[in-house]
Amino acid sequence: MTDFSRRAVVKGATALGAAGALTGPALLDWAKAWAQSAPWKPEKGAKLSMLRWKYFVQAEDDAFVKLIAAFTQATGVAVDISRESYEDVQPKASVAANTGTGPDLFWGLYSLPHLFPQKCLDVTDVADYLGKAHGGWVDSAVKYGKNGNKWIAIPICYSGALINWRVEASKKAGFSAFPTKTDEFLEYAKAMKAQGTPGGMALGHASGDGNTWVHWALWSHGGQTVDKDDKVILNSPETVKALEFAKTLYGHSIPGTASWNDSSNNKAFLAKEIHWTNNGISIYVAAQNSAKDVAEDMNHAYFPIGPVGKTTELHLMYPILAMTYTKYPQACKALIAFMLAADNFNPWIQSAKGYLTHCLNEYDKNPVWTADPKTTPYRDVAKRSLTAGGLGSVGEKAATAIADFVVLDMFANYATGREDAKGAIAIAERQLKRIYR
Amino acid sequence: MTDAVLKSRLAKRPIQEPTSWERLKVNRNWLGVWFMVPAAAFLILFLAYPLGLGVWLSFTDAKIGRSGEFVGLENYEWLWDDSTFLLSVFNTILYTSVASAIKFAVGLYLALLLNERLPFKAILRAVVLIPFIVPTVLSAIAFWWIFDPQFSIISWSLKKMGIITTNIDFLGDVWNARWSVIFANIWRGVPFVAITLLAGLQTVSPSLYEAATIDGATPWQRFRFITYPLLTPIIAVVMTFSVLFTFTDFQLIWVMTRGGPVNATHLMATLSYQRAIIGGSLGEGAAISTAMIPFLLAAIMVSWFGLQRRKWQQGGEND
Repeated sequence: MTDFSRRAVVKGATALGAAGALTGPALLDWAKAWAQSAPWKPEKGAKLSMLRWKYFVQAEDDAFVKLIAAFTQATGVAVDISRESYEDVQPKASVAANTGTGPDLFWGLYSLPHLFPQKCLDVTDVADYLGKAHGGWVDSAVKYGKNGNKWIAIPICYSGALINWRVEASKKAGFSAFPTKTDEFLEYAKAMKAQGTPGGMALGHASGDGNTWVHWALWSHGGQTVDKDDKVILNSPETVKALEFAKTLYGHSIPGTASWNDSSNNKAFLAKEIHWTNNGISIYVAAQNSAKDVAEDMNHAYFPIGPVGKTTELHLMYPILAMTYTKYPQACKALIAFMLAADNFNPWIQSAKGYLTHCLNEYDKNPVWTADPKTTPYRDVAKRSLTAGGLGSVGEKAATAIADFVVLDMFANYATGREDAKGAIAIAERQLKRIYR
Repeated sequence: MTDAVLKSRLAKRPIQEPTSWERLKVNRNWLGVWFMVPAAAFLILFLAYPLGLGVWLSFTDAKIGRSGEFVGLENYEWLWDDSTFLLSVFNTILYTSVASAIKFAVGLYLALLLNERLPFKAILRAVVLIPFIVPTVLSAIAFWWIFDPQFSIISWSLKKMGIITTNIDFLGDVWNARWSVIFANIWRGVPFVAITLLAGLQTVSPSLYEAATIDGATPWQRFRFITYPLLTPIIAVVMTFSVLFTFTDFQLIWVMTRGGPVNATHLMATLSYQRAIIGGSLGEGAAISTAMIPFLLAAIMVSWFGLQRRKWQQGGEND
């Protein structure tokens, strides 16, 4: 809590009050009451282990540990948490699914559960219970959670990927707000580079930042990898337009983005080397601690809208799944439901300072989204997000295409001039056809 | 009388042909087989089985989480036309040949240098080993910072000295990135070569050099006709290992570039990991790994027949 109270962001006393309401004994009492009334009774002697993605915001993890401790006290179920960087959760989960041993619960990225849907515990009852209790699920979450009619995972939260930009430098370049249309965005990038305050977005194998922006670029121009029946339709004039756009943008960016990974833009933004990029809220959170001037001068914006005329963002989904091999399915379900119960979820999502966005409508009301207006754009990412695979299914094929950087490589190939548009699309199309056969 | 006794004795004890089982029981070779069983089981369990499984997987369309169907050579046919795979083969060969050649040259030079009388010889030898003891991931992260597009110490220094005006795009440009990872690999691999060759140098008897000096041999001649021939066995071993390690390198690339920019530094090992484990296509990833085997065998053959020319190295008598 010390970390929290010295934070200047969360100025509202109400916000602090809400976060502080349930700690210590109060939290335990509440947790016990919850355990009494919950529809899932953990098995006797149950013990769970969970592999989760490694936090970006320390306070979020602290709050999470507190939440899990309350669960353990209330139900007697010990939970062992281990953490891996979010890219490494998937290989470990895949191996566990293959061999049938490992942690009971995996909390990973995107459509992780769809890589092995038949190994995921059916959690339809948990999803229905939570949806009913908390104002319903957003559309994209339903798509991520369900395989056929069955929920195979619970979408815990999104990590929003939005534009981060420096206000002063942009004003100097003639933009008092961040552009809302893609062609204005090109003007903006050009003007910013001309005055020596360039920006950039990752074109290296950056699973998070790279994939989110190239998919936005593709979709905003009407390109799609597959149609709704998973037929590959990548080779289209719209895709070419998207590639042209990205190449122009790449030219107006700081050199070196082709080698960037997920942390490159954070470092460069905090060091004032770049003045616009796409990212979660982690830059802002870090800036408040280490570069206050950057924090004060930056803001967040939605991705600009392209020729298709509607939002086409892709945000990082963090679903949690339980493996069918778990000996304690009831305990798994109870834990998942417990994580998303209002009295747990509210303070926890608040501690993430906007880094994580809920998928249950009720949590729009959380004060974290209004206490600091700079975090407000991140409130809506769950509603704005399309799902991995675009028009197509969200299953393992979409996951493979993203994991194998098919779209990202296509953009990088063309933007860096290694391939012409035809060649870049042909390579990607060939890969997609195999993935979606 | 005696005759009768003798006869009855002979009748009582007919000559028994030993059964084949009885023969086998005392057969030394049979016993030998049993002594070899533990070692063979060990080899099959831990070496042959994983290798066989990998090769088998490459003939299936296995995905992570479910076993695949046998698809014959489909994976290989697909890879044959896959530009990313072909690029990774090119990268791997370039990476291995350039890095190994330079590692050998620099390693040999260092070994010869360290074999001379130098002040602080022991300390110097220990210092040379440092790159080798640092965990690969750690040194890869260090190099990643050194080559960072925005924060590179090299770019920074050159800029401060006024030699360049913009940062060098070490890992963002195709060829820069290739040379950068090769440099990192060399830095890491030289100590292994140097120290092993140094060990080899110390087995060369000083009396040979003394004799040669008396005969009026120049330093070059001493190297060419004494050091080099006596060092070839060690060179063969050390270069075989060096080539194998470089060819199968993974950590350096994965930490520094993830195969980027635009797959320009993807090695077969990293591509295999990306496709099989990250992307979930086990069969295809296994096919990429299996495709490495012929190259590795070729490397071993070259060193076996090319460099180990002396008979004792191939199991015969020394000449």
